[in-house]
Amino acid sequence: MDGLLREYLPILIFLAIATGLALVIVTTSYIVARQKPDAEKVSPYECGFPPFNDARRQFDVRFYLVAILFIIFDLEVAFLFPWAISLGGIGMLGFWSMMIFLGILTIGFIYEWKKGALEWE
Amino acid sequence: MAEFWTAYLWPLLWIVIKILAIVVPLLLAVAYLTLAERKVLSAMQMRRGPNVVGPFGLLQPIADGMKLFFKETIIPSGANRGVFILAPMLTFSLALIAWAVIPVGAGLVLSDLNVGILYLFAISSLGVYGVLMAGWASNSKYAFLGGLRSAAQMVSYEVSMGFVIITVLLVVGSLNLSDIVMAQKGSFGMFNWFWLPLLPMAVIFFISTLAETNRHPFDLPEAEAELVSGYNVEYSAMTFALFFLGEYANMILMSAMTSILFLGGWLPPFDIAPFTWIPGPIWFALKIAFCLFIFIWVRGTFPRYRYDQLMRLGWKVFLPISLAAVVIVAGFLVTFDLVPA
Amino acid sequence: MILQAIAFWVFASITVAAAVMVISAKNPVHSVLFLILAFFNAAGLFVLLGAEFLAMILIVVYVGAVAVLFLFVVMMLDINFAELRQGFLQYLPIGLLVGLVLLVELAVVVGGWVISTDATARATAKMPAVDQVPNTDALGQLIFTHYLYLFQGAGLVLLVAMIGAIVLTHRSRPGVRKQNISDQLARDPKETIEIRKVQSGSGI
Repeated sequence: MDGLLREYLPILIFLAIATGLALVIVTTSYIVARQKPDAEKVSPYECGFPPFNDARRQFDVRFYLVAILFIIFDLEVAFLFPWAISLGGIGMLGFWSMMIFLGILTIGFIYEWKKGALEWE
Repeated sequence: MAEFWTAYLWPLLWIVIKILAIVVPLLLAVAYLTLAERKVLSAMQMRRGPNVVGPFGLLQPIADGMKLFFKETIIPSGANRGVFILAPMLTFSLALIAWAVIPVGAGLVLSDLNVGILYLFAISSLGVYGVLMAGWASNSKYAFLGGLRSAAQMVSYEVSMGFVIITVLLVVGSLNLSDIVMAQKGSFGMFNWFWLPLLPMAVIFFISTLAETNRHPFDLPEAEAELVSGYNVEYSAMTFALFFLGEYANMILMSAMTSILFLGGWLPPFDIAPFTWIPGPIWFALKIAFCLFIFIWVRGTFPRYRYDQLMRLGWKVFLPISLAAVVIVAGFLVTFDLVPA
Repeated sequence: MILQAIAFWVFASITVAAAVMVISAKNPVHSVLFLILAFFNAAGLFVLLGAEFLAMILIVVYVGAVAVLFLFVVMMLDINFAELRQGFLQYLPIGLLVGLVLLVELAVVVGGWVISTDATARATAKMPAVDQVPNTDALGQLIFTHYLYLFQGAGLVLLVAMIGAIVLTHRSRPGVRKQNISDQLARDPKETIEIRKVQSGSGI
């Protein structure tokens, strides 16, 4: 238990150092370099005219669908991790229970394929 | 006082020294990767590449860094200031801390986690935030669209990467990265490494890493022709540099992952005399350099994919193949009783 | 030991503070970002408990996938903040009720521990010893055999989620030309190319 936590301590320190480094890089550059903003310079990038409408607008619902399908497959991968490790210890029952699980999700995958949910145009 | 020193301060200091021993070479490698990329690309296009600053242009990355350092940090008027500054810092820090678990040689690792590969998978799944936050915080159409596209792309290829990692884990039976490397040790040297028995998976993994790092031919998020530069269009000076550094550090990280999973990590290609004289970290660095060369080679060779082709490749080709591979590899191991105990 | 205690208090207090910011931040995108911070610190707490697999999965699934979806939703919606705040008092009783139910549930769980001291031991009897087997392996040995039905139930829930997401969000647009790769590859040159001899001075 203690040994396990000892392996995580360097990561915590590393995180602190990495964040600190990023902070130092940005702030020293901000202090050292000459800052002289004007209205034109800080306007959003566009070809010579002010933007017509708000940049954050509604986008295609497909992006949601991709995100939702990703969650489902990510969970599948999350289940596969312990299975891959313990396959030696759980025998045929463990193997076939995962095959049934994958089979159920393959049905869903075939459904979305046939529905055209994976297609972009 | 002396006890305090030996019990707390010295171990902490030792950890900090080890971290610096990772960060400093990594940042140098990133700097010279940018030069190597320009040199290799120019050689492929029969040009000379940078050759003015220093001998053979060797000081070019330092000049680039200095230039970016003394530029003005522009924060757009419509931007969400906090998130805008946070995004590049996040990308940069994530690209660094992933290296905590990478074993560069036998026992040479900062933190030898039981769940090392899962840690890498978790950190690489966070990469999407830097892009998404930058795209949203800039309040610019190009940045927003670039960020969205990039997020959807990274997410799509992560699934097949996950399945490929599972196939390797089935053969190894451990999530520890050193165990994964040691499982590839055998009497046939480099033919024992997993690239040969799991060849289709190695190819899928490498192509997925290209997509995951937004590199050619999948660099749609920064397609200059339509999105100017994608999510980082509004960034300048060191905020831009952090994105740049993070992106290239991620390339090196992905190459390191490929080396560990499929190219035998720090193992020499053959377990005989002249090869075993060279220490493990050098072999590891050579393998990373080899993968990085392929990254650049691909950039010099292939045209850019269209977005629908990209999504098709991820969801309709890689996902079914890698899913089937999980079933096939597991079935093979169970049938022939080869599952690692 | 001291380090562990410090880590616990830091993680726990940041988790609670971030959770408060999730519901009090004005900008919904900031709310989601604070939610991610809370997840991170919860993962840190899991690590302190020795549940490293759970910590990593929390980051992979919740931060890497679920929060991305939240961010997509929140970034895209044209939310009228003034309108959003109007309903606050109206929904307050329901919110309080839900909070109360959760509090009672927590009290029941903690109470169970206090009253029946061997409850924990009985629940963990199936588990391999923590110090001998890494917890990823320990989980794998239980989920796929002992908790088989629950595992298959999870598979069915995921199937329903997949189908539900497609039914709700998928719209096929008519009249859009798509690339059909198998059609392209199956095309025969004989059908599309005709070779003709053209005499000089005359057209076809």
